[in-house]
Amino acid sequence: MIRTYALLAWAWTRAAAQYRVSFALMTAGAFVIGGLDIAVIWIIFANTGSLAGFGLTEVMFLYGASELAFALADLLFGSVDRISQQIRAGTLDVMLIRPASPWVQMATDRFTPHRIGRAVQAGTVLGIGLARLDIPLTRAWMVPVMVVSGIVIFAALFTLGGALQFLLTDATEVASAFTYGGAMLNQYPLSVYDARIVRGLTFVLPLAFVNWQPGLYVLGRPDPLGLPSWTGLLSPAAALALAAVAALAWRAGIRRYRSTGS
Amino acid sequence: MIEADGLGRTFTVRRRVVHAVRDLTFRVAAGEFVACLGPNGAGKSTTIKMLTGILTPTSGRVRVAGLDPSRRRTALARRIGVVFGQRTTLWWDLPLRDSLELVRLLYKVDRKMFRERLDEMCDLLDLGGFLGTPVRQLSLGQRMRGDITAALLHDPAVLVLDEPTIGLDVVSKAEVRAFLRRLNSERGTTVLLTTHDLGDVERLCRRVLLIDHGRLAFDGTVEGLRATAPGRASIEDVVADLYLRSRTTPRTPPAPRPAADEPSGTA
Repeated sequence: MIRTYALLAWAWTRAAAQYRVSFALMTAGAFVIGGLDIAVIWIIFANTGSLAGFGLTEVMFLYGASELAFALADLLFGSVDRISQQIRAGTLDVMLIRPASPWVQMATDRFTPHRIGRAVQAGTVLGIGLARLDIPLTRAWMVPVMVVSGIVIFAALFTLGGALQFLLTDATEVASAFTYGGAMLNQYPLSVYDARIVRGLTFVLPLAFVNWQPGLYVLGRPDPLGLPSWTGLLSPAAALALAAVAALAWRAGIRRYRSTGS
Repeated sequence: MIEADGLGRTFTVRRRVVHAVRDLTFRVAAGEFVACLGPNGAGKSTTIKMLTGILTPTSGRVRVAGLDPSRRRTALARRIGVVFGQRTTLWWDLPLRDSLELVRLLYKVDRKMFRERLDEMCDLLDLGGFLGTPVRQLSLGQRMRGDITAALLHDPAVLVLDEPTIGLDVVSKAEVRAFLRRLNSERGTTVLLTTHDLGDVERLCRRVLLIDHGRLAFDGTVEGLRATAPGRASIEDVVADLYLRSRTTPRTPPAPRPAADEPSGTA
């Protein structure tokens, strides 16, 4: 599976590199957009100094962790939710006749390394935040765990979005509301939102396990909604549970696939 | 090599159940060369897609090379080759040689066997002149030869082709036909193709499966098909008669199109 992924990703990278100017512009564009996101956070702090009780470095840490997970998931698996285009173009048929997982083929479809720009920028913010926070090693080990769990959670959301499109043609926008929308929500401490939204993001769509709950654990802060501090340690379990649901939905989707007319 | 028993597939289009294929039963032995005919929308492509594991049947049983296509899709992919006349399995922006190398790696064909196969195919299909050209710049005839090569690199026991000669000029068509005939007679590869070109049928196939309204309407030799309408001079007229006759009989299921909102193509 990893071998197939690497093979196909490399093939698409070579294909994309055939269009040099576009390749360079896309890479530059990714950095500009990432920079604007950070600018927004700087502007908020230039005016307030704290956000829902969190200082700038803490917000940088929460933002960086979620964005890094999202950017890596988007880079590696983001094209899975564009499956309705493949269905309409008939290219999914071609993927299904190859001795490789259609999910891996979808994930690598039009793979372009330029999306790494957003991950580099997010990683920088996370790094600066962590360096200024001075977190003891007894809690810092959770940082890589939460990033990996976050990647799995976002990858599962992309997969669920893809699976949904076997039922609803053209549901890419609906799927994006949850993936890109989820990443937007996670840019700020969840306590800025209404408690009902935060509960939904904890128990239904487990986005709170990307950076909020494990982030509270790393920062050594109590949960404003009163959940115990070990809730943050459940991130890997939440990620695996969502991944299992996504895998089942994807399988069901493939079995329901209708193909096109010809 | 191919077994279908009561094979069926329904689609729900705007809450109505449409039978694209129903109760299809046939067998294809190893080494046969079979054409699958039928009017547009008759269920040929749906059948092909169930045989190759793209679509999951809603009823009946199907085995290809001893495997259940939809459950053992990846294992089956290593034993069969599939060519779509209307779309390519190659990578649009990569040179043909790189596409074939990628196919080699995906199918885990070892380098020595790959070299032998490629040399042989270059010889038979005259690929040499355009191996370095990106697939998007190939003519349809060149692309089809590239696609056939890609489908055969892993030396499959069965080759399934969906309208392989569509849009090809007379010379390219003749080359593809000669190649397929040779593949079938010399290597013993089982070949199943769908086509609207009766020249393919007359020149290549010993056996014809005619699918109409999702059912098997005829299964026999080309001569047998001709004998169904003794007055007719050409095979074209015989088939046109059959298609027209079926059009006048009322259709129980309305237009068996897989999905109402898909772009139209030939089914």
